[in-house]
Amino acid sequence: MREELLSVLEKNSRIDLKELAVLLGAEEIDVANEIKKLEEEGIICGYHTLINWDKTSIDKVSALIEVKVTPQRGQGFDKIAERIYNYPEVRAVYLISGGYDLLVTLEEKTLREIANFVSDKLSTLDSVLSTATHFVLKKYKDHGTVFDKKHEDEREIITP
Amino acid sequence: MTKPLSEVVQNIKPSGIRKFFDIVSEMKDAISLGVGEPDFDTPWHIRDEGIFALEKGKTFYTSNSGLKELREEICNYLKRKQNVAYDPLSEVIVTVGGSEAIDIGLRALVNPGDEVIIPQPSYVSYEPCAVLAGAKPVIINLKAENEFRLTPEELQSAITDKTKVLILPYPNNPTGAIMERKELEEIAKIIIENDIYVMSDEIYAELTYKGEHVSIASLDGMKERTILINGFSKAYAMTGWRLGYACAPKEIIRQMTKIHQFAIMCAPTTSQYAAVEALKNGDDDVESMRQAYNQRRRFLLNAFKEMGLECFEPYGAFYVFPCIKEFGMTSEEFATRFLEEERVAAIPGNAFGESGEGFLRISYAYSLDNLKIAMERLKRFIEKLRG
Ligand SMILES: Cc1ncc(COP(=O)(O)O)c(C=O)c1O
Repeated sequence: MREELLSVLEKNSRIDLKELAVLLGAEEIDVANEIKKLEEEGIICGYHTLINWDKTSIDKVSALIEVKVTPQRGQGFDKIAERIYNYPEVRAVYLISGGYDLLVTLEEKTLREIANFVSDKLSTLDSVLSTATHFVLKKYKDHGTVFDKKHEDEREIITP
Repeated sequence: MTKPLSEVVQNIKPSGIRKFFDIVSEMKDAISLGVGEPDFDTPWHIRDEGIFALEKGKTFYTSNSGLKELREEICNYLKRKQNVAYDPLSEVIVTVGGSEAIDIGLRALVNPGDEVIIPQPSYVSYEPCAVLAGAKPVIINLKAENEFRLTPEELQSAITDKTKVLILPYPNNPTGAIMERKELEEIAKIIIENDIYVMSDEIYAELTYKGEHVSIASLDGMKERTILINGFSKAYAMTGWRLGYACAPKEIIRQMTKIHQFAIMCAPTTSQYAAVEALKNGDDDVESMRQAYNQRRRFLLNAFKEMGLECFEPYGAFYVFPCIKEFGMTSEEFATRFLEEERVAAIPGNAFGESGEGFLRISYAYSLDNLKIAMERLKRFIEKLRG
């Protein structure tokens, strides 16, 4: 049940327990217990809402920042990653294979704020060797969801 | 012109679905539960292979029986999933949907006057195809109390010395019924004893919700007398690509290929390339669609239970077949009123044969959101009928 439960919740975290139990063909109590376990084990880490900010009047600028760092003795990349993810404006930090080490995503109100974050906070960290900042111009798809796509049912109304 | 058209064709009744279709088409705002095709898009990697084939200029006829690579993948797939081994060179033909396979399969098997046993409710094309092939259809009216499975007794009593072939339509459209191994073994025994052929339409084989589908061709002594029909429409959401296949003993395929060669030439080339990709890398897509269907199936059955609507639990395809006899109306009356009063289109069960009278085919090839609205309306409708 676990895998199917997670995949349903990932698509719709607002689904109520009763319906969830029906879809999974399980008892409500068992589903509730499983969710509790998943939360305790840190497998379910939160219930977020996917927002297409571009459609609001609120301005938000996102950036992806490639960061090269020197790993620290005994702690590898974890310590420096922590110093970066502790900033609340940082949305995500990934350790990456390839040409650079960390990928940091950032969401701010203005371009200037992002510039400031990079020049004042990020680049001044001791182990940061270099950064490259990419601004997001348009989000087409996020968390597996295509923004702005209306799905018309083009099938015939009735087919055998 | 005054000369009469073909009598055989004129005598074929237009499909009962057609009549209902004409009513529904008038209503633009209706929500439909009436389709027999997946709501999913064909998975992107499969579409991408089709596009790639076009880009590469693969736009010629293939061999009559289909791309060799595709036939090989079909055989790999059937071995892997249904545990039945076919020779890609002589025992497979790629067709324009399962539809064509049904047609040419019957034409290859029957002589005028041969009897074709057709259990109903079932897909609308078996009976006309049998008639067009010159055969006499013999209908078995399946029963709700058997969950619309074919019983050995029913089969036995339909067999005469003219019986040539049994059409075995499982997993079933419109009832959602399946046949499990033990039941198939009993059927197979009778088939072998009476020395008849089976045309097994397994187009919904990937969509079962209680154990794995068992192909009758995989049972002892059955492969040599079975035409196994399958295709890409349902499992891979590829209805518009028009691609299916039949597997059968060499001699049958040889005869089918003759008809196919002259009537069709070959199945669409682009679709064949896409289908290779589907069979090679499509298992995960099938599984995730199956899971979604299964959730919807449970949702509908639970909704019926809550409104007290009688329905056996179907374990296949993407249909449920609730009983509406308690309302004292025919299926058509019920479906028409449901459409007019609640703007929901579901197909009257008798469109799939007389024994579907008193039932409604509801397809769950729709999003849960859609199904939820439809079930609210159904609840309101039957509460009104119950008064
Ligand atoms: C039971 C059954 N067989 C065969 C077909 C034909 O499908 P296709 O010609 O798309 O392969 C259908 C389509 O609805 C069906 O429901």
